[in-house]
Formats: sequence, structure tokens, C-alpha cells
Amino acid sequence: MWLQAPSVVPLALWMTVPLALTIYFSFRHYSLLTPEARGFARLQNYRFLWEDPAFLPAIRNTLVLIGSVLVITVGLGTLLAALYERRFFGRNAATLLVIAPFFVMPTVSALVWKNMILHPVYGLLALALGKLGLAPIDWFGAYPMLALIIIISWEWLPFAFLILFTSLQSLDAEQREAAQIDGANSIQFFLHITIPHLRRAMSVVVMIETIFLLSLFAEIYTTTSGGPGTATTNLAYLVYSLGLQQFDVGIASAGGILAVVLANFAAFFLVRLLAGGLKGGH
Amino acid sequence: MGRPSLRTWVLGLLGWLAAILLFFPIFWMTITAFKTEQGAYQPDLFFIPTLQSFREVFARSRYGGFALNSICISCGSTVLCFLLAIPAAYRMAFFPTRHTQSTLLWMLSTKMMPAVGVLLPVYLLFRSAGLLDSIRGLILIDTLINLPVCVWMTYTYFCEIPAAILEAARVDGAGFWSEIWHVLAPMALPGMSSTALLLIVLSWNEAFWSLNLTSAQAAPLTVFIASYSSPEGLFWAKLSAASLLAVAPILVMGWLTQKQLVSGLTLGAIK
Amino acid sequence: MRSTMTLAAGCLLASLAGAAEPTRVTIAAVNNPAMIELKKLSTKFEAANPNLKLNWVVAEENVLRQRVTTDISTGSGQFDLVFLGQYEAPIFAKGGWLREMRDFPASYDLEDVFQSLRDGLSYEGKLYALPFYGESSMLMYRKDLFAAKGLTMPEQPTYDDIKKFAAALTDKSAGIYGITLRGKPGWGENMAYLSTLINTFGGCWFDLQWKPQIDSPEWKNAISCYVDLMRNYGPPGATANGFNENLTLFASGKAAMWIDSTYGAGPLYDKKESQVADKVAFASAPVAVTSHGSHWLWSWALAIPNAAKSPEAAKKFALWATSKEYVGMVAADAGWASVPPGSRKSTYDNPEYQRAAPFARVTLKAMQTADPLRPSLKPVPYQGIQFVGIPPFQSFATVVGQYIAGALAGQMTVDQALKASQAAATRAMQQGGYLK
Repeated sequence: MWLQAPSVVPLALWMTVPLALTIYFSFRHYSLLTPEARGFARLQNYRFLWEDPAFLPAIRNTLVLIGSVLVITVGLGTLLAALYERRFFGRNAATLLVIAPFFVMPTVSALVWKNMILHPVYGLLALALGKLGLAPIDWFGAYPMLALIIIISWEWLPFAFLILFTSLQSLDAEQREAAQIDGANSIQFFLHITIPHLRRAMSVVVMIETIFLLSLFAEIYTTTSGGPGTATTNLAYLVYSLGLQQFDVGIASAGGILAVVLANFAAFFLVRLLAGGLKGGH
Repeated sequence: MGRPSLRTWVLGLLGWLAAILLFFPIFWMTITAFKTEQGAYQPDLFFIPTLQSFREVFARSRYGGFALNSICISCGSTVLCFLLAIPAAYRMAFFPTRHTQSTLLWMLSTKMMPAVGVLLPVYLLFRSAGLLDSIRGLILIDTLINLPVCVWMTYTYFCEIPAAILEAARVDGAGFWSEIWHVLAPMALPGMSSTALLLIVLSWNEAFWSLNLTSAQAAPLTVFIASYSSPEGLFWAKLSAASLLAVAPILVMGWLTQKQLVSGLTLGAIK
Repeated sequence: MRSTMTLAAGCLLASLAGAAEPTRVTIAAVNNPAMIELKKLSTKFEAANPNLKLNWVVAEENVLRQRVTTDISTGSGQFDLVFLGQYEAPIFAKGGWLREMRDFPASYDLEDVFQSLRDGLSYEGKLYALPFYGESSMLMYRKDLFAAKGLTMPEQPTYDDIKKFAAALTDKSAGIYGITLRGKPGWGENMAYLSTLINTFGGCWFDLQWKPQIDSPEWKNAISCYVDLMRNYGPPGATANGFNENLTLFASGKAAMWIDSTYGAGPLYDKKESQVADKVAFASAPVAVTSHGSHWLWSWALAIPNAAKSPEAAKKFALWATSKEYVGMVAADAGWASVPPGSRKSTYDNPEYQRAAPFARVTLKAMQTADPLRPSLKPVPYQGIQFVGIPPFQSFATVVGQYIAGALAGQMTVDQALKASQAAATRAMQQGGYLK
């Protein structure tokens, strides 16, 4: 265990101290802006959150968002990785283009999509639709969740592609030749050899993306502000909206704790699903 | 596998189509950076490029200062992450115990707390520790945020290395660090490179903490960009220019690392 | 790690080598054009005061507000001078976190600064911030489109007038929308405009017992009017449009009318940024039942936190930036149309300003008739026209804004939105201890 100590100790500190602070604050009235209203709050902060009519929609939205992005990025990522595995002209340059979206700041990505591409009046998509004689689509008004999923999938596809592509590099040349000798065609090869080989890489992608997507905030903040109504409010945005926006540490902390509890539930089921990819390989 | 067949051409076409589609928003942002503010909303592909927006951006903010901070913070936190993660990943990959899986999960679960929930307690903590608006404070936060990811990914790549190689080296009399340096590292290099790239990108783009915990001295490029996104006034060309300036260093770095990733190191060497 | 140590060593050497250290003043500002101009001209201040150095932290309004509020309310002392608005100043002053602004030199002429602004930045009679620029809201319209249809805009239009005009002027096939209004959810976004709409329809946010009035008939009339106008005569994608997007729409000639901040007039007049510079005209913000609260009042003002490390230097700069001389400096540098509007009477008395800024007259009238202490027809327990000066407002008002955006997008009816908003506001007031 001694080798694990260096990374375990700082993580223990990271978990314990802010976590303890957060738990403490979640049971208190503590708004930065009203110093005269401090005191013990019992469960009031929690009740304020889970009795909010937006709470259940927020959980649902969080799950829908994560699920959709996972399916799109892992699915398309695998296909793209398999495609790029073959050598074609200028493949290196094309790879750089494919992974480029991951390097752009999420806020900037969201702004570019919102104002330059999806905007129904002067966005490029509206222009293209206009040339085809169709009416422009009000993405963020009519299909806000879909628009968000598109933007976030675009941001994370390069990551999935990169991990899966790197993992494919280690696919034995021998295995491939053996399969060719056996007369397997591309599809069979893809299904029976490529995908099982990628299982561990896929589980990495799924776990990491889930972790990041659970606390997704910047894109929603920049584009829809959680609306219209509660259509794109996820749990993190709800915590911001009800707590942080009015600098109420108590409510924000209670929200944080609730998010952790719910995230652990999700992780529990996820682990069951991916049990194979987690065991050590030796 | 000699002459390019029709299949290769079709695949190549598909591959390039995907690349162009994915890259298009960035391409559009790039050319907007060279337009005037008025022209920024016009969907012209061909126009007279101008450096006006870049000039304004440089006049308005000290780009160099922000960039330097970003570099220090990203590299600092990535190095620190690896220093802490490699021993742990090594242990978990080659000497797994029944606790390994739960330890990994527990590490990942520390990332599950949304930053918005823990911002104020951390802010208060940083204030007491005098870490507000300091580079080491941001390095600390970024390291702790990225450590679970680093451990997880390094562990995964270590798992793909057959234990037989290491045993062979040990039998040959190699010490622990020699083992790591001469045998393990070269084979895990593509994986570690992509992990390092990932960590640097994550730290480079980390906006929430860097916006809230810095003011004048330690502000990185994410703060620089935030000052160009405004609910008042036309800002598109300038924002595109600023974003280009912020993304360029890391894109270049990504391209350099890219060569290592695609260099075709095969891991099946021992067979 | 190595880079940090090199950096630290470098800093150590630098501090050893440095002679008399200049006093650093850290300023938190919004990235509005006026403040960017201030930053540009501040080099003159630094030249005149060589022992002072200004460090600027510039961010977008919401980000800045969050940074500043967190810093000030925890007494962290990261900033010496901050820009804040009419909403925050009384709250911060009440918490005892701001230094009182007093002891002005005679040449500063405090009386020249609009009284309504000063009232909004005071607490218990003491002034805590100096206005840098002020704004109200008004109606901007395309006089060429009106002339083409033979319509004239009265000096004080009513919302009935607006409906008629919008119907006549909308031509969607030509890409002209009769009217564009804010739709983006946020207490400072769509709710800023909607509060004035509700006020002028005779409604208010709370009655004297702090009971939310969102389910009142006045709210229903106001919001229904808004949704009808926007659905029939407004541009698509309205729920994503804030000030910026609407400015772009109007400046690129796509909208015939726009009700928003007086601050929008300047950029519309700038030939470099606007395609309608010679076609835009101005009128007072429309009224319905009453003129109380029909247009808002806001200013960005400079305040000094109590925990500031260089308060004297900060005050010096604050006085410089809000002085008459500074107005002259901007006029010389960028033209009279770009001087900080809405803060000093002397600016409006200046014939050069009147010539360069035809919107000055309407703006002046709006600034002088906006009364944040009496925002509504009915008596209310709060101050603020387009906001309610209590801390929980930022949160529940944004939630209300989200629901109304939902109604605008057609995802729920106006009644449903108002019902949900009323519930949200009630819960927030109970949680905040205003309602038992």
C-alpha cells in the first residue's frame, strides 16, 4: 500500500476537508449577503431543494444529457477510430482536425454554436435552410436539450476518439492477419475483434465522461440559462440557480451533497454495467 | 496492402468528411477572427482579412501575462499529477488487491461534487490559507481535480502491458526505477502522452475555478477570454481573435504530441 | 513545480531589486465599451500619478458580479475598487462592507451628479459609490420604416400604439420584425425589461407584507401583452436574445422597434458598427396604465470595499474617473457621442453633446423621471424599478425569467408560467425569512 499513499493522502484531504465543510454548511443558514440571518437550519436547505418543482426534472435532464452524450460519443468515436485505423491519404492531418474541438474552451464552444451556427436569424444553419427554402429552426427555444446534446457531443467526441484510437494501436497485427487468413470480412472483424479489444478503453471513456458530464455547467449557463422553463436545468445548474446565484452557501452546499449522493447511485449502476473493464488485467 | 484500392479511397473520403464536419465550427471561428466587427455576422467565406481585431485584443489586455500563467498552471499541475499518480497506478496495475477496484472508484467519486456546490467553502479555505490569486493555489486545485482522471487512465494503460515483460526485466536484475524508466515508460508512452495531453487541455480550459479564485496576478487565459464575452456591445470578431490566441498554443502542442501517438508503437513486441 | 519555483525566485529577485514600490490599485470592471475606454485613458492618470499603478480585472457582467460579491462579502480584499450597480450598493452598504464616499473637493461638484442615481447608491442617507455612467430605458425605432408606412411615433407612446405599429411594420418575408425585446432568462436580462412592463401595467413584485404578486391580473395582462407581441411580430429565437443580440438585430436593420437600455443608442449611432446609424430615432419607453416604473434606472458606480488594501489611492482614481474633466477627455479621444452618459447634468447642458448625441434629450428625460423609491402604482416595501433590492432576488427572479421564457417559447401557457413563478417566489421568500 505504500506506493498508493502519495495519491491517497492528498485525495483524502481533498475529500474530507471541503466535504466536511460542505456538509457543515448544508445544515446552516449561511447567505453571504445577509449576515444577520445566520443560524442552524436543520434540514431546511435540503427541503428547499428537493421540494422544488424543478428538482425531479433536473435529475431527469441530467440523466438524459449524460446518456445521450455517452451513446453518441462512444458510438461515433468507435466508428471513427476504426475508420482512422486504416491508412488513408493525409490521415495525420485529418486526425488533428478531428481532435481539435476538444481544445476549445467550453464557454467559447457554446458561444460559437449558439450565435454563429444555430442562431435562427443569422446562424449558418439558418442560412443553409433558407437557401433550401425551409424555415429556420429555433434550436434553443424549441429543442434546447437536443441543441445542448449536439454541442456537448461535439466537444467530447474527440476525447472518445483519441482514447479509442490509441487503444486500437495496440491491436495485434498478428490478430489482424490471422483474421484475414480465416476469411473474416471487415464487419465481422469489427464486431468480434475490434469491439472486445476496445472494451477497457470504452469503460475509461464512459467513466471519465460520466464524471465530467454530471457536473456540466458552463455550456448551459452560456446558452439557455437552464431554460426555457426547466427544459435544460440539470442538477449542477439547479444548485447554481437556487443557491450560488444568491450567494447562499447553505443551499449550495446542500445541493452539492445531494449531487454527490445521486452521482454515487449512478456510479454504482455504471460499475455493474462495466464490471469487466475495471478488473486489473494481470 | 500495396496499391490503394477503391475501398481505401472511399474510406479516405469518409474520414476526411468527418474531419471537416467536426472542424468546421473552429474553422469558422478562425476566419471570423480576421473579420471586422461589422462583418463578423456576415456569412462570407471570402473577404478581405484584417488584423484589426487582434490589434485591439493586444491593446486591451496583456496576452503574454495570461499565457504565461496558463502555461505555468497547466504544466505544473500535470507534472504534479503524474508524480502522484504513477506510483499508485503502478501498484494497482501490477499488484492488484481486493481493494483496488473500490479505491479507484472512490478516487473517481471525489470528482462527483459539482464545483458550484463547493465553490464558496473552497473560496473561504483559500482565503484563510492566502492562496487566493496565486499560481500555486491554482496548480493545487487543478492537480486535485485531475488526479483521479490521471490515476485512472495511467492505470488502464499500465494494464495493457503484459506483466511478462516486467518480470523479464526484473529477472535481468533491473531495479524498480530502472524498471520504470527503461522498460515500462517506453511501452506506456503513447498512453501516457495522451493522458498528459488530456490533463494539460483540461487544466488549460478549466474556467470555473480560475475565474473565481484569481484576480490580477495569477489569471490564466480562461479569464482573458471571459473578458471578451459580453452581454453588451459587439464583440464577435474580438472574441474569435482572443479564442484563437488562447487555443493556438495548445493546438500546436497537441500537434507535436500527435506524432508520438501515431508513431505506431506496437505493444505486442515480446511475442 | 519547477516553473513555480522559478517564478517565485524571479519574483523574489524582482522585489529585492525594485526601488520604491508603487502603490497598486486593483480594479474590477465590466467589459462595457465605456469602461474599456476608461481603461485606455487611465494611462493618463497613471502618468500624472507615477507612484500609483492600476491593475485591471475585466470580466463579463455576471462573472464580475459574482467575483466582486464573493470578495466583498467575505472581506477578502482582492480588489481596491469595484464597479457595482444600483442593486448591490445598498445591500453591500447595509452589510457594512463599503467605505463611505465623503470629503469631496469643491471642483468635483457632487450636486451635478443626478440625484436619483445618488439616492440609489446610498444607504441611510450616506453615499457609498460614485456613478460612472447611468442608463434608463427607452424606445428606439426606425424612422425610415415609419415614414414609408405613413406612421408617426408620439413622444410618449402607449403599448396600444406599439401593438398597432408592430402589426403594420412586420414583414417577415423581407426579414423585418416589428419589434424585438429581451427574451433571455435572467434577473438582469429579460426580467429587467419585464419589471418595467409590469410596473407600467400597474403591477408590482410584492405587496407591503412581502407576498409575491405574480398571480395578479396586472402581471397576467403585462406578460400576455409581451408574449403576444413577440410571438406575432418578434424574431425567432427570442428566448436566446439579450441586449447584445437585440442590438445586433436592430443594428443590422432587422427590427423596426426596440425597447431597451438608453446605452444602446451610442453603438446604434456609430457608423462603424451600425447599418442604421442615420435611420434611428428615439421616444420615451411606452406606458400602459401608469407611467410609474415604465423605464428603469441603473448605473455602474465605483465603490471602495472596506477590506481594500489601497483605499486612498482607489478614491483618488474614483474621483478622477467620475469627474467633469474625464468627460472632456473622452470627448477629445472618442467623440462626444461616446462620453459616459446619464451621470452628470453638465454633460447634458453641453451644446456639443446635444449636437453629437440626438438621443440625449430623451435619455435626460428618462433619467430625471425614473424614481426607484416609488417604482409602482401601489405602495411597495422595496426600492428598485427593474429589480427588488433584496439578496434572494437574483435567484428567484431568474427562475421567474426562465418560466416566462418557457411561455414565450410556447412550452407552457402564460397562466402556467405565472403560477410556477408565484410558487417559486413564495418559496424563496419563505426560505429567506421575509414571509412566515
